[in-house]
Amino acid sequence: MYAFTFERPATLADAAKLAKAGGKLLAGGQTLLASMKLRLAAPEQLIDLGGIRELAGIRKEGNRLVIGAMTRHADVAESKEVQTAIPALAELAARIGDKQVRAMGTLGGSLANNDPAADYPAAALALGATLVTTQREITADDFFQGLFVTALNESELITAVRWPIPKRAAYIKFPQPASRFALIGVFVAQTDGGVRVAVTGGGNGVFRHAELERALDKSFTPAAVADVKTDASELNGDLHGSAEYRAHLIGVMAQRAVAKAVG
Amino acid sequence: MGVNDFAKLPHIGESLKRKEDGRFLTGAGQYTDDIRQADQKYAAFVRSPHAHAVIKHVDTSQAAAMPGVMRVFTGADMQGKMGGLPCGWLISNPDGSPMKEPPHPILAHTKVRHVGDQVALVVADTPEQAKNAAEAVQVDYDVLAPVIDMRRASQGPALHEEAPDNHCYTWTLGDKAAVDAAFATAAHVTQLDITNNRLIPNAIEPRAVNAAYHRASDEYVIHVANQNPHVERLLMTAFVLQLPEHKVRVIAPDVGGGFGSKIFLYAEDVALTWAARQLGCAIKWTAERSESFVSDAHGRDHITHAEMAMDKDGKFLAMRVHTHANMGAYLSTFSTCVPTILYGTLLAGQYATPQIYVEVDAWFTSTAPVDAYRGAGRPEATYVVERLVTRAAWEMGLAQDEIRKRNFVTQFPYQTPVALQYDTGDYHACMNQAQQLADVAGYQARKQTSQAKGLKRGIGYSSYIEACGLAPSNIAGALGARAGLFECGEVRVHPTGSVTVFTGSHSHGQGHETTFAQVVAARLGIDPSQVDVVHGDTGRVPFGMGTYGSRSLAVGGAAIMKALDKIEAKAKKIAAHLMEASDADIEFSGGQFKVKGTDKTIPFAQVALTAYVPHNYPLDTLEPGLNETAFYDPTNFTYPAGTYICEVEIDPATGVVRVDRFTAVDDFGVIINPMIVEGQVHGGVAQGMGQALMEHGVYDVESGQLLTGSYMDYAMPRAADFPEFTLGHVCTPCTHNPIGSKGCGEAGAIGSPPAVINAVLDALKELGVKDLDMPATPARVWHTIQTAKV
Repeated sequence: MYAFTFERPATLADAAKLAKAGGKLLAGGQTLLASMKLRLAAPEQLIDLGGIRELAGIRKEGNRLVIGAMTRHADVAESKEVQTAIPALAELAARIGDKQVRAMGTLGGSLANNDPAADYPAAALALGATLVTTQREITADDFFQGLFVTALNESELITAVRWPIPKRAAYIKFPQPASRFALIGVFVAQTDGGVRVAVTGGGNGVFRHAELERALDKSFTPAAVADVKTDASELNGDLHGSAEYRAHLIGVMAQRAVAKAVG
Repeated sequence: MGVNDFAKLPHIGESLKRKEDGRFLTGAGQYTDDIRQADQKYAAFVRSPHAHAVIKHVDTSQAAAMPGVMRVFTGADMQGKMGGLPCGWLISNPDGSPMKEPPHPILAHTKVRHVGDQVALVVADTPEQAKNAAEAVQVDYDVLAPVIDMRRASQGPALHEEAPDNHCYTWTLGDKAAVDAAFATAAHVTQLDITNNRLIPNAIEPRAVNAAYHRASDEYVIHVANQNPHVERLLMTAFVLQLPEHKVRVIAPDVGGGFGSKIFLYAEDVALTWAARQLGCAIKWTAERSESFVSDAHGRDHITHAEMAMDKDGKFLAMRVHTHANMGAYLSTFSTCVPTILYGTLLAGQYATPQIYVEVDAWFTSTAPVDAYRGAGRPEATYVVERLVTRAAWEMGLAQDEIRKRNFVTQFPYQTPVALQYDTGDYHACMNQAQQLADVAGYQARKQTSQAKGLKRGIGYSSYIEACGLAPSNIAGALGARAGLFECGEVRVHPTGSVTVFTGSHSHGQGHETTFAQVVAARLGIDPSQVDVVHGDTGRVPFGMGTYGSRSLAVGGAAIMKALDKIEAKAKKIAAHLMEASDADIEFSGGQFKVKGTDKTIPFAQVALTAYVPHNYPLDTLEPGLNETAFYDPTNFTYPAGTYICEVEIDPATGVVRVDRFTAVDDFGVIINPMIVEGQVHGGVAQGMGQALMEHGVYDVESGQLLTGSYMDYAMPRAADFPEFTLGHVCTPCTHNPIGSKGCGEAGAIGSPPAVINAVLDALKELGVKDLDMPATPARVWHTIQTAKV
């Protein structure tokens, strides 16, 4: 780790000001701090968002859940509101990383980082979440733009995420054996606007799976997706799984997710 | 005292809670990184980013001028001032010529030969300054092609001038003509090609060294995370730095795991010791995990073709094995004996195979050096034998247990065709108990239950043997060992009757402070709390060969027993004097000296006090004091053995292998502390399952980069990956050491991989799968199923 200065602003406005001046935002730090320890990231200044109270918290607004960007994974996992309204989201949060990661990692940090194997992006995309920032509102469909890239401008912060409550939803993660990130994760959601399926771990970023969505719109059953194939040429392959294996896993995880959602 | 009487003493066989755990669990342990010397400086190493390259130029000027930097050393600074790292075992080719033994420089001088090879050393006031300066060292490389695949090593560019075809040695054992003749008459021959995957050790404490030079006394004090401090000192002083051995004190304080990877003398230890003298200070270096991945000696990495010849009833007639063994870029301390002496000699397994021939080719590659890792040669041998035996069973239409039972050695001592003589064992007893504990009778019902869920269930056997307590010294010497293989123990009875034991064995998690205290307490009839065990310090322990090859209790414990014999003999003389009896009439048990046939007794503590306050004492015939040292050189190896049975359930849709049941029945001879032994078996089995299912050190063939250089890609097993293990024990005491123990530290890692893979193959048989290499990751299993379907 290289030397850096540390700021802990108490208001969003102060944080935005510091970010605009070139500081690096620190949410839960579960990616950033590890990168800094390896000297792969070398910010001169960290702006810790942990002191801004308005950023954390979970509440229900009509047919939506609103979760503050600085809400920790463990708090989402343990929230009765989340467990009741969107159990799939609580379960997803309960299986991110390990206990230490869940105690520190945050919803906003995970979404802003947009790791191609992260869990939360799959939930946001499949549930059709809306990301509220210091400047505007962005739909999940517009937010994720590929490998670690999002629609966020420099110095723009996510403040909260609005989650429409689905009719049914489920997430199944197939862990990469070493890192335990998603080798493939599939989130299926039956929403008011139709079925949405998001896949993480397979490519350069989370993506929606149109063929699976079409098949599930016709019949929301595991059997409906049993024969849906995924084009492996669009996927990544590495030491832990070829593109062909990942393509196959998408089908298997989709069936299992639907089976779980149906109950 | 005979083994049977010893085993009945109080505290023997008692699961005493570990004395050392109090400090470990409350953060009071003192590891090398916790040691802070006066005038403490810190080191960072510049490491090669290339697998194979010529060093054209090293520019240290910018780094040397950075804040806090004391000095930057390069290979050129060390040239001619010291030797290279020595190899501790000479292997000879069949024609008698020695192995190729190229220099292993402390800092790479003209060339780098693997990613992570150390090129320069920076010493600075703080670790951060040292690291910053290391990044500023400019090295100009001429990059060469790497040599990664050892099967093609002979066609690659030479890593060392001394080995133009990258070949280190060919080693053979056994009667080739007799083996070939047996194969010619066989009713059936089973063949197998297998890979033993490269593993990267991952002790919880990374390597660390803190080397200090004290000008006032002209002495060196080196704290190092090491398994055998006396050997480290001997190798460093006599073979590398030419320092006076008595002026160098090596302390291996609390050490957080080793698994073999901390046996060896590493370049960092030498470099810091030398630099400490140059700069007149103490210098500390603690490896970061990413450094450990590229610079610790790795394990395994064999490619083997094996054949078994059988008669029509499945009786083994002969076995023929060829193995390619990867040495890595340099010969690490004991690298050469692992795929030879510790491998070829184990190929008989538990079976009375009349003839065995093995040939090993060792290769240099541009990868981290490969050396002993938990089991060291014996897991590789067991994997060959037990995979081959299970496949032979299936080809012969026999059950896995049946072919084993038909071929077990039953008469002891048994002379194998590969040099070893097994002293004792009961292989049928281990098999029978394992089958009962594993509920083999209920297997078919469990298989049907799995089938109903769309899952494939399989059962796998492994009946392993290992050779522990490497010995005797003279025979090892004749086989090429450049070190002795004895152990030393000193028992110091204090005037008040408490005891300090000094042992040359080293504990880096094994619990010696408890087990050895139990041995001493049992013998002297005192409470284990009255016994302290000191280890890991050349300044306090007379001598020691350290801990490796599951030797601590069988060899180190035996040395303590010998010292206790001397203590008891002398104490009896003192007691005889005090009770005005003849020495021969004194009996000692339960901590009391008694005159035979009378009710006259005195306690051990009174004898101890008399030894140090010799007012009423036979000073004309007996020295005061009660302090005895003994060296013990074993007459044979010990031979732990057992049968492991593994049951797996495989999801064919994903390739995920779930270990559902695992049963291990071991014969470790006499057990002192069953809880500690269970812990050793649990850890060993977990490590073996890690190898079978998850762990794999992979280098990119084109670039020579380590692809599994962190926990993001190197899959470490976790507790939740495994079921509760079922353990059982058979006891045939070792016949040639006074404790009757055989060693338990490596068994789990040796016996479990073939049990797991045999179970996986059993499960996948019905899908047409015949073969599968470790690790059986989900992706590999799934692809294997897809290929078999075609």
